Order: sequence, then C-alpha cells, then structure tokens
Amino acid sequence: MPPPTPAHDDVVHSESFLRLLMRRQLRLSIASAAAFLVALLGMPLLNYFAPTFMATRVGGFTLSWLILGVLFFPFVWIISWIFIQRSIALEDEEVAEVRRGKEQAK
Amino acid sequence: MINPLFAFLGGVDPWIFACSFVTVVVTVGMGFWSAKTSKTTSDFFVAGRAVSVGWNASAISGEYLSAASFMGVAGMVMSSGYDALWYPVCYACGYLFLLLFIAGPLRRFGAYTIPDFAEGRYDSPVFRKIAVVFVLFIGFFYTMPQMKGAGTTLAYIFPGMPYWGGVVLVGVVITLNVALGGMKGITLVQAFQYWAKMFAISVPVFVLMGVFGFYNGHLGATATATTPAVHVASVERKPLVEKAPADSAWIAPFGPLTTKAAKAAGLSNEQAKPYSLLYTYSLIMALVCGTAGLPHILVRFYTNPNGVAAKRTTMWVMILIGIFYVFPPIFGVLGRNLLPELYAATGAKGTDKIVLELPRMINERYGVWGSIMSGITCAGAFAAFMSTFSGLLVSMTAALAHDVYGRMLRPDARPAERLKAFKVSAVIVGGVAILLGTQVEDLQINFMVGQAFAIAAASYFPLLFMSVWWRNMTTKGAATGMLGGGLAALACTTIINLSDLKKVDLNAFWATHPLIRILCEQPAIWTVPLAIGLMIVVSKLTAAQVPSDIRMKMLVLHAPEQLGLKQEYIQEHAAGTGH
Repeated sequence: MPPPTPAHDDVVHSESFLRLLMRRQLRLSIASAAAFLVALLGMPLLNYFAPTFMATRVGGFTLSWLILGVLFFPFVWIISWIFIQRSIALEDEEVAEVRRGKEQAK
Repeated sequence: MINPLFAFLGGVDPWIFACSFVTVVVTVGMGFWSAKTSKTTSDFFVAGRAVSVGWNASAISGEYLSAASFMGVAGMVMSSGYDALWYPVCYACGYLFLLLFIAGPLRRFGAYTIPDFAEGRYDSPVFRKIAVVFVLFIGFFYTMPQMKGAGTTLAYIFPGMPYWGGVVLVGVVITLNVALGGMKGITLVQAFQYWAKMFAISVPVFVLMGVFGFYNGHLGATATATTPAVHVASVERKPLVEKAPADSAWIAPFGPLTTKAAKAAGLSNEQAKPYSLLYTYSLIMALVCGTAGLPHILVRFYTNPNGVAAKRTTMWVMILIGIFYVFPPIFGVLGRNLLPELYAATGAKGTDKIVLELPRMINERYGVWGSIMSGITCAGAFAAFMSTFSGLLVSMTAALAHDVYGRMLRPDARPAERLKAFKVSAVIVGGVAILLGTQVEDLQINFMVGQAFAIAAASYFPLLFMSVWWRNMTTKGAATGMLGGGLAALACTTIINLSDLKKVDLNAFWATHPLIRILCEQPAIWTVPLAIGLMIVVSKLTAAQVPSDIRMKMLVLHAPEQLGLKQEYIQEHAAGTGH
C-alpha cells in the first residue's frame, strides 16, 4: 500500500502561487537579459550604421575594439552580480511568505 | 646515429619540451592519484556532489577554456581581425544566459545530466534515449578542435612529427587517464588546469608586451579606413605577406570572416555588408545559446551543495573566464605585426599556433627567455586541450555507459559490470574522437568549436529553455523540436566541413548562393527559431499529453529549495504512478 500523500491544498501547491513564482522569476531574468541583449545586439548595429564613429581611436584601440575586446566583460559581471543579489533576495522573500501563510493557517 | 624511431626529436627546443612534458606528467599523475580516492560508481559520475564554490568555479572554467579559447581565439583574431572577437565575448556571455534562465531551475530539479532532466521532466525513458544522442553529436564536434589543438601543438614542439601523430599520442594518453580516473579526479585536475592556463596565457603576454610594445600600440599601427595608423616608437611592424588581409578590412567589423561567402560570390564591399551583418547575428546566437546547451558544462551544476552556491559558482565562472578572454586576442594582434609569415602557411603550421610560437621571438633579444615563455604557452595549450577533452570524454562516456548500457542494454547490470562498461565506453569514444581529429587539420580550431555550439544551440538550448519556462510542452513537442533543430544544424555544419575539407566540391554552388552558404555555415539564426517553433506547434497539437503532475514539476523547478518540494516530489513519484 502506498504511503499517504501529503495534502495539496496549502498555499505552496496552489495554482496562484506557482504563477506568481514563475512570473516574478521570469520578469527578473528577462529584465537582466534585456539589458544584456540591447548591448550585445546593439554593437553590430552601431558598427553597421556608425562605422566612422566606431572607428574613433581611443589610445590606439578603435572604439569598437575597446568595447568588445575589453569593456564587455566587466559589463556582464555587473549584470550577473545584480541578478544574483536580486534572485537570492526574491527566493528568501518567497520562503518567508510561505512560512507566514502557514502560521496564519494554524 | 639516431634511431629512426626517434627522428622526430630532431630540432626540438629543450625548454619547450620540458615545460610541456611536466604538464602532461602532472595532469596524468593527478588523474591516477585521485583515481585511488574514487572507488564507487557514483563517484565516477558526479564527483560525490560536495565541491566548494571556489573549486567548482575553477573546475568549470578549467573545463570550459578549451583549445579554442587558448589557441583558437588568438589564431582567428590574427587571421580575421575584429570579427573574431565575437567568439571570446560570446563564450563568456553565454554563461549569463545559462545563469538567467537555466542554471537555477535545473539545479533545483536535481538530475545528473540533460538526458536525466529530459526523462524526469516528461516521465519518458524513450525521450531520454533521443536526448542522449546529442551528448554524442555535440561531444564529437567539440572533440575535433581539441584534437586539432593537440596535433598543432605537438607538430610545433616536434618539428619532425606529422599532425596525426600528435592527435593519436594525446588522444591515447587522455583516454587512458579518463578510463582509469573518472570524474572525481577531473574536478581537482580541472581546477588546477584553470590556474595553469591563466598563468600560461597572461605571463607571456605581459612579457611580450614589455619587450615589443603594448596591445594598443600594436593595434594602433594598423590603419583603419578612416583613420591613419598611430605610430609608437617601440612598435615594430614586419611587412605583411600576400595572403594576409588588408589593414582596413582586418581591424574593422564585417571583415574577412563574415564577408567570405559574399566575396566568393563576387559581391562588392557594400553589397556584402548585409550578408555580413546576418552572419554576425547568427554567430552571436549560436555562441550565446550554445553555451547553455553544452553537455559537459551543465553536469557540474549538480556538484554544488545548493542553489545559492550554484549561482555563486556561475558568477565566479564568469569572472574567471572573462579575465582570461582579454588575453588571447592580444596574441593575435601582436602576431599580425611580428610573425606575419604564418599567414602564408596552412593547417597545423598556420595561425592557430601563434600563441605557441610568438613568445619565442623574445629569444632575439633576451637569449633563452623566449623559449621558456614559449614553453609556458605550450604547457597552457596542453592543459587546455587535455582538460576539455577529458571533460568531454567523461560526459560522452557517461552517456554511453550510464544511459546506453546501464539503462537500455543491461538495466540489471551489477556495479562491477557498470564500472567495466565505463572503461570500455571511454576507449570506444576516445578512439572515434582520435579518428575524427586526424581528419580536420585544415579547419580552424575556433570555427569548429563554434559549430559544436551551433548544434547545442539548436537542440539542448530550446529543450532546456522551453521545458523550464513553458508548462504546456509535451514530450512529442520537445522531441520534435530538439530533433528538428539539432539535426538541421548538424546537417549544415557537416556539409560545410566536408566542403571545406574538399571531400565534396560545392564551391561552384556556394559562389552562386552566398546566402545559403552563410545559413549553412552559421545556422543558428534559423535553426533555433525552427526548434522552438516546432516545440510550440507540436505541443499545441498534442496538448492532451501534457504530464498530469505538471504543476508539481514546475513547482520543483521554480520554488526555492528551502521549501523542500523536491523531497516531497521524489516520495510521491516513488509511491505513485507506475515507477
């Protein structure tokens, strides 16, 4: 005989909790991805439509080379650092909400 | 009289040989040493699951920085200029996508590999069998450039050795190492290898720049279409050979790499530019999405103790590889000015060896120091292709031993038999990889790695991304999309390789159809949407087959681990429906 399955009528297992959870996380991920993609996909466009500007010399480098070959890496670190901080905070908040809900139910 | 067997030893620089030899001995030795500490089968697969953030981040980086990063990026920057910079940037940035959309949920779901995930998400052992095939497809595409790196490096160290000799020698050593060591050894060795590679790329770069002039000085010596060259006194420039691309095309975007197909069709510079833009976007898409779908990288997220640690690990990986990727292009830029004769050579003697050969120039001014620096970069190259090759070998061997043997052929095999299957599989996979490696001397290292990414981008990436974020996916939808996108990318890259290796002659066709050539050479821009589109359409058509406990699965994927849903899910699953 299978062991009794836990009750599934609490907050955690509700449809609304899952939707909220996924929506919040996806929003955070998409916002971070958008910041990154605007820069990444914008570079070829700048190269395409403003070649003279992107060829400006910056201490020997061209502007385009300096951005892509050097500055892009720290930019990505900043985005990921912000994402990680927010994502950890978001999870803590979710856990706290669930615990509060359980205590109220008692 | 020299024994003919050792004739290839003629002309060997003792410093370079010594550095490389030490690296190989240390790597192999560490593998054997740690083999003693990993006795059980599960140790072989996921390294006992408890590895600290620092070790794990170093190990992931060590495994990720392959021959393409160490040798290929520099070689391609030298041969193609600006356009090649997309490779290191996207190799590093792809990790961000992994972090944003996939790393957390997958880690919470707690499967060992992508096939494990595919089976768990869809309760379908059949789908697992389909998914596992791509571990091998992507894996073999990724081992080819590693083998080219091995062949190139050995041909440089031993001027008398043929390209295939290096491939076979390195391939055999690593195959044996993996067959005897397993993954526990690999974690430790990989972490060490990251720091070895970092040392080996950065120290020679600083010494070279100290002797011959800085990065910006050398780049400034190249004129653009609109600005003249900026001459710095310490920067010398040797005359370019005939085959080298012109300054203005090399330093500017949309240069030789991305316009090759359009130029072959006889289009003018202006006409070629839109093609070039398309090529660039497709390349970016392949590299950024492909990182998330590499089978040998994802496995390591499960060696983190919890989800927060998995995220911290990813952050550190991005920092570690980001710093690394600033250096290889410097070799390419200095190489263009100091060693232009490499443009005239092909295969193992071409620009892919610039990282190895450039430091030797220091010999002209400071005696033996150039050889020592060159020895250091050779050691780094060894670390690069050896670590990536062994990581891939472990993943592919696990797929064969754990999935094909352990689940499909002999589900009731005893642990001793499984361990033996692991060893036999390692030898089979290693053998095939060596054979393929001997065939690809004329393809650029970096280009081949890009192809492996393109296949991963069109198969595993859509599978993971859609499965994690879209609850209405069905098994049939997932399988159709993954197969459709993945096989299309596989077919395109195979055709391009066969054509470039002159096994089939398609040049006349490419010359009249430059657009098709670009869409085959960089297929991601249409294969990724194709895969996702197929997934959506087929899932809608088979909507009745969405797994019944989908809400619980999605909760496990997305709810914070502290809520303990995973344990609950496992209990229910074990108790409940037909498992």
